[in-house]
Amino acid sequence: MDTAFSSEDLKFQSDVREFISHNYPKELKDSIGTKRKTGKELSRDDLMSWHKILGKHNGWSAPGWPKQYGGAEFSPTQKYIFEQECARAECQYIMPFGVNMVGPVIYTFGNDEQKAKHLPGILSGDVFWCQGYSEPGSGSDLASLKTSAVKEGDHYVVNGQKTWTTLAQHADWIFCLVRTNPDAEKPQQGISFLLIDMKTPGITVRPIKLMDGSHEVNETWFDNVKVPVENLIGQENMGWTYAKFLLAHERSGIAGVARSKKALERIKQIASAEMSYGEPLIQDPAFKSKIANAELELSSLEYTELRTLAKDSAGKGPGPESSLLKIKGTDIQQMVTELAMEAVGYYANPHLGTTLSNEYVGPDYATNLSGSYFNFRKASIYGGSNEIQRNIIAKMVLGL
Amino acid sequence: MNFDYTEEQTLLENMVTSFVRDDYDWDTRCSIVKTEEGWKEENWKKFAELGLLGVPFDEDQGGLGGEATDIMIVMEQFGKGLVVEPYMPSIILAGGLISKLGSADQKNSIIPEIISGDRRYVFAYAEPQSRFDLFDVKCSATLDGDNYIINGFKSVVFGAGMATHLIISARTDGDQRSKSGITLFLVDIKSDGITLQNYPTIDEYRASEVVIENLTVSKENILGELGNSYEAIEEQVDLSTIAICSEAVGILQVLKDSTNDYCKNRKQFGQSISANQAIQHRLVDMMIEYEQAKSILYMAITADLSNSDERRKAASAAKARIGKAIKFVGENAIQLHGGMGVVDEYMISHFFKRATMIGILFGNVDFHMKRYTDLTQSNIQSINEDDGINLS
Repeated sequence: MDTAFSSEDLKFQSDVREFISHNYPKELKDSIGTKRKTGKELSRDDLMSWHKILGKHNGWSAPGWPKQYGGAEFSPTQKYIFEQECARAECQYIMPFGVNMVGPVIYTFGNDEQKAKHLPGILSGDVFWCQGYSEPGSGSDLASLKTSAVKEGDHYVVNGQKTWTTLAQHADWIFCLVRTNPDAEKPQQGISFLLIDMKTPGITVRPIKLMDGSHEVNETWFDNVKVPVENLIGQENMGWTYAKFLLAHERSGIAGVARSKKALERIKQIASAEMSYGEPLIQDPAFKSKIANAELELSSLEYTELRTLAKDSAGKGPGPESSLLKIKGTDIQQMVTELAMEAVGYYANPHLGTTLSNEYVGPDYATNLSGSYFNFRKASIYGGSNEIQRNIIAKMVLGL
Repeated sequence: MNFDYTEEQTLLENMVTSFVRDDYDWDTRCSIVKTEEGWKEENWKKFAELGLLGVPFDEDQGGLGGEATDIMIVMEQFGKGLVVEPYMPSIILAGGLISKLGSADQKNSIIPEIISGDRRYVFAYAEPQSRFDLFDVKCSATLDGDNYIINGFKSVVFGAGMATHLIISARTDGDQRSKSGITLFLVDIKSDGITLQNYPTIDEYRASEVVIENLTVSKENILGELGNSYEAIEEQVDLSTIAICSEAVGILQVLKDSTNDYCKNRKQFGQSISANQAIQHRLVDMMIEYEQAKSILYMAITADLSNSDERRKAASAAKARIGKAIKFVGENAIQLHGGMGVVDEYMISHFFKRATMIGILFGNVDFHMKRYTDLTQSNIQSINEDDGINLS
């Protein structure tokens, strides 16, 4: 057993650290910092400019992609280090929809034209993707989806509604699961995987406001939208296979260990500034013990992730264990956002950055911490709810 | 980065696994714990033959020079068999103290005897008032010519009834709760002045209350420096804590796997009870707790244990986290076994009892949470009021 980094890994770590310190733009840091402090939404530029910089540097915007598609093809250890360093420097995270979701589907199941057309834009960050999976009546039971695609000559005509489309307001393209065979024996068998240009006539995006007031997700409506047949990935009616492949990829990065670690560090700093019983909150035994509890969960999860990575490097492949990482990772994210809100006491109350408030009150570090707590209730619901993840483990790991 | 065993470690694991399978099946184990002695000396001889008694000792003393991983391998498999022979108290804890503090003469005369199985030391440290504080020592040793006269009372000394010798912690200086002034003495268990009251524990191990009255020990039998043993005691208890965490992980695996099998086989309402989602999710949560326990054990095993702060943090993190897993997996294993869970006859309750007692040994969850917290939450620089923070 050896968890020390090799000299090559250490060299890589210092390369990444140096690259970030020289290339992460000060303007971006300031722009994001100001918006965080004032509770404002991030712009498309805020979300994508770091991605664009990484895209010009040896495929670092796509750490897991093979080199032949322009990715960095990092080893699992390198991926871990890269994640850690980005979190440490509090870099804006890379939008997962292109790089982690549709990208691997395209290079695994797509044809040469599709690879040539779409992969470069995902890599460079010039094209913003969103995900069209869930529908109002199809959440956990995704295979019951109804959005239909009917083939007419050289295109499909798509009708229906997708929901929870994250950041669709910025998106250029959407990847969609659509029903191409309503009469299939099983619902999974009649589904296809389509790439759709968001500028196509007939698409309407309507914002859904979340309980923290943020505009993160949308409804996306399709009214006789014409999609060229060359935008079909793989074979017609085989979309469920590609969808499951994508979901396993989605879950593997979802633990967010490095980000939660950084957040806990910040919470400890906040708790040293906040007072309770006349002493810094960090001295309060009850609060201290909650922090320690979160740290222990995180430390265990970090080693669970490392064990998975080690198995991964040995070519054994990520399995249904990724469901475990999703469950515990999101548990911890929720623990952390709750602790942060708790740390600031009364200053959890002000809701700043709305059209009703121009004045800023309280310490800057307190802004929107309650918003994050409310927002992160989503984490145990999205990407397959944690109950669904338990069903997956029960079936695939425990053989129940 | 890897979590693989070396070839030697794989051999060691296979050896201990086959010992537990061939020489320590459930019926054998049950008959051993019912005997008056509560252990089987023959097994100790077998351990000596297999080289297990030498695992943690230096090679120049005839040991295997094993490290935390090797100890984990032995303890994890012993956990799966609920092996009651006093391996941890004698080899890891007392043996560790002698290796760490012994003079060259002491080591040369004692360690080969331990490795051959002819001598067994156990460490008598706890006292009725000390709870988990290793420095809380009332037992006193006063100088009388070339000897010390020791008086005191030691509680719940595991394996004392099977030991040939004791290591006793006694105060040669300072207040009852002072970290300095604690001295270790090596004594023959048959010495005048030592009275043992032996008893079985709830998990079918054996322990003793040790009454020490005017016990005379020569200066030569001091282990380590006079009045300066606390650091070494803390270190060896930390390493022993990691060892029992390994035992716990072995036990948790049995609890989780057996419960899984039981729920698949047990039929009610015309189907396996594992067809119910309420049961499935509980089993998944038990599996997650087991994996998290194993992960934090790996964290501890691969930490830099030669650095005292890292070692303290690693031991307390592992014991606190694994303590929580023990409660969750253990209690749910009993719950899901229904009536079969609460009877003495079926093996699951025995694993639960042992795991629960490990949860207390060397400090329970609260004790180690507090220790971990004190180690990780002091000297934190507070944030500037003008800094925004990004939690997403």
